[in-house]
Amino acid sequence: MVPNPTSPTRPVIFDPATCDGCNLCVEICQCDVFMPNPEKGQPPIILYPDECWYCGPCVDVCPREGAIRLNYPLMWRTPWKRKATGEQSWYGKKNPFPPNKKPLVP
Amino acid sequence: MKWPYPIRYDVENEVTTDVLVLGGGIAGCWAAVSAARTGVKVALVEKAATIGSGAGIGCDHWQWAVKGVPGMKLSAEEFTSALVSNHGGYHNGIARYIQAEEGYETLLELEQMGGKIRDTHDIFKGSRFRDEATKFLFAYDYDSRLVFRVWGQGFKRALVNEMTKLGVRIFDRVMATSLLSAEGRQGAKVVGATGINVRTGEFYTFTSKATILAGARPQRIWAYCSELAGSADMRTASSVGGGYAMAWRAGVEFAMMEKTIEQGTVIHPSTAHGSGHPSNTWYPMTIVDAKGRVIPWVDRDGKVMDTFEGRTMPAPGQKFFIAGGGSSSLPHPGLYDYKQPRLRNVDELLAKGEIELPLYADLTSLPPDERRAIFGLMVGQEAKTKLTYENYAKAGFDPDQDMLMSYQQIIGGGAYGTSATGAKMVTGLPYIRNSSAGTAGGPMVDWNMQTNLEGLYAAGDGIFGGNDHSHAATTGRYAGRKAAQFAKGAKTGSISRSQLEFEKKRVYQPLNRKDGVCWKELLGGINKTMQTYCGDVKYENLLEMGLMMIDDLKEAVETDAFATDPHSLGSILGVIDLIPAAEMTIFASLARKASSIYLQFKRGEYPEQDPPDWHKFVTIRLAGEKVVNGDLPINYGTPYEENYKAHCGR
Repeated sequence: MVPNPTSPTRPVIFDPATCDGCNLCVEICQCDVFMPNPEKGQPPIILYPDECWYCGPCVDVCPREGAIRLNYPLMWRTPWKRKATGEQSWYGKKNPFPPNKKPLVP
Repeated sequence: MKWPYPIRYDVENEVTTDVLVLGGGIAGCWAAVSAARTGVKVALVEKAATIGSGAGIGCDHWQWAVKGVPGMKLSAEEFTSALVSNHGGYHNGIARYIQAEEGYETLLELEQMGGKIRDTHDIFKGSRFRDEATKFLFAYDYDSRLVFRVWGQGFKRALVNEMTKLGVRIFDRVMATSLLSAEGRQGAKVVGATGINVRTGEFYTFTSKATILAGARPQRIWAYCSELAGSADMRTASSVGGGYAMAWRAGVEFAMMEKTIEQGTVIHPSTAHGSGHPSNTWYPMTIVDAKGRVIPWVDRDGKVMDTFEGRTMPAPGQKFFIAGGGSSSLPHPGLYDYKQPRLRNVDELLAKGEIELPLYADLTSLPPDERRAIFGLMVGQEAKTKLTYENYAKAGFDPDQDMLMSYQQIIGGGAYGTSATGAKMVTGLPYIRNSSAGTAGGPMVDWNMQTNLEGLYAAGDGIFGGNDHSHAATTGRYAGRKAAQFAKGAKTGSISRSQLEFEKKRVYQPLNRKDGVCWKELLGGINKTMQTYCGDVKYENLLEMGLMMIDDLKEAVETDAFATDPHSLGSILGVIDLIPAAEMTIFASLARKASSIYLQFKRGEYPEQDPPDWHKFVTIRLAGEKVVNGDLPINYGTPYEENYKAHCGR
């Protein structure tokens, strides 16, 4: 028996193979949604996923690329249109456009 | 699963300091730095983690600094008067004059601390919005130089480093819960504050000679749903503006609490600035329709403008235009003198069948440097938006090739990161009231940035008329300096033990129950009450019923509110703090017996807008069980220059 989950359930997604449980994300989270995992070395537990503000310092502070990523919920999918072809893509689409690797303004 | 932090509800920590700062956002951090520089001891209390708390975890614009800005043609006095008149006088001229006078020196100090404020990498060399000599970049009206474009993602870190160097004691994960007054008497001098740790539940008693309120302002009073991501407005869900509740209970006088604005819909349609639109961070974006037809931009006369450049220059015969967050109180921006270029009204074009939805922000059509400034620098450096950029890029978004759809042109705008120029009712989603964005009411301050309570100062979003990053930084810095001066001449007050015990009982009582009303239900009750009884048009009967229902909510708090751990205790205490904020809006709405276009305030029984005898501030404060109404002249704070010189403390 499982009650209704609080939604969105997965504001961030950890990769357990990459995350080493350093908990820097736990310490920087503005909404304190994470709890350190009782098992050392394991990714934090997202105790309050419904309180995530999607601000991103958890991702920024993580020293291991790919260990944590922000996962915008379904209601945040804004399409864009490629001018030349009229094709549309969006964050979260299956088979989106290939990644844009151009850097942010430094 | 066991709670991972030690539970210590029985522990009482005592901290003594000279200057106590409540809130570690931009205003709080600047106040702490500024006070510490004078040599006094400073303690800062922050509910989250100061390194990234508040809305200032990033910054794209540094607004409305005047004095000292290279190439500036205006005086602080001239600009402040213009800005205040753009709000029909319903603004905080004191705070805005301070921002105009000291905003630039504050920016330079930020650079000294390690903040990046100019184009040191020469990405925008040769751009129209760049000053070649200083490498400063400007936004909106490039000619007036009233707004800088900055690299704000590093600002919080720079401030925390500086505070650490200066020996400021930072208490993270501590939520301030009340102000302590001399002899425990409401209206008396403020001698400290209380707090609880939202991880361990420990109690804190802070004793201070001067206290600075820097806790931003309430949000979510009319609507919030945790299931609808983004409906917590601009600040974190945990930023409930507890400073207002604390101040109200202590007897602080508030101004302009009847002002509320229309603020889009219940949910944010996209991640922060993750939908194309023509204002704020995205100014002055070209918007096209589904068939690629360009929506014209119009000047202040409504005439179509045929150049991109025109959007960034004053109109012929116009000295400057005012743009930026909180630039005007009117639904359409401001007085003719200062009116900015706008996108042509989309509703009209839709009705005529001249355009087809959806609309897109056509980044590809902009000059490359303008494009890069917007989706590169601005969306990149503003709070929360770096991840927008990175996540969109991972899914292939390329501003050189792609046009980003504009949600607010479908559902109507006004929510953070959107604009209010869009098609209003295509989907029929209603606007809701809001007082957490734009300029709204709050604690009143004088030229010392002091409230009516001795020893209590306030800055940033947490004062009436407060809004935007550079306002918070500059007023925080000023308040810190003034509070420190005060502290140097003050004695440490004595805390009333009975006030302390009362507060301890109040904050811990939800732990007495294992079940009942959780924070979400309580918030729902507040939202429903305000939507029903304090909506677009206010009527005395409804407002009084609103107070009756709020009393009912207060009883529910006493008998049914529950929390199971320090985190949920912090959550419910935060929502309990929204109750005074809701009440204050109703009290002030009852007090103003006239409608006002500037306050976006409609009194059903008094439909006349802004009759001359009501052109003044309405103030409220708590005295025991009674609410005391007062007023201030609309020119409160003037003459600016003379008063600034007399009070700035330099």
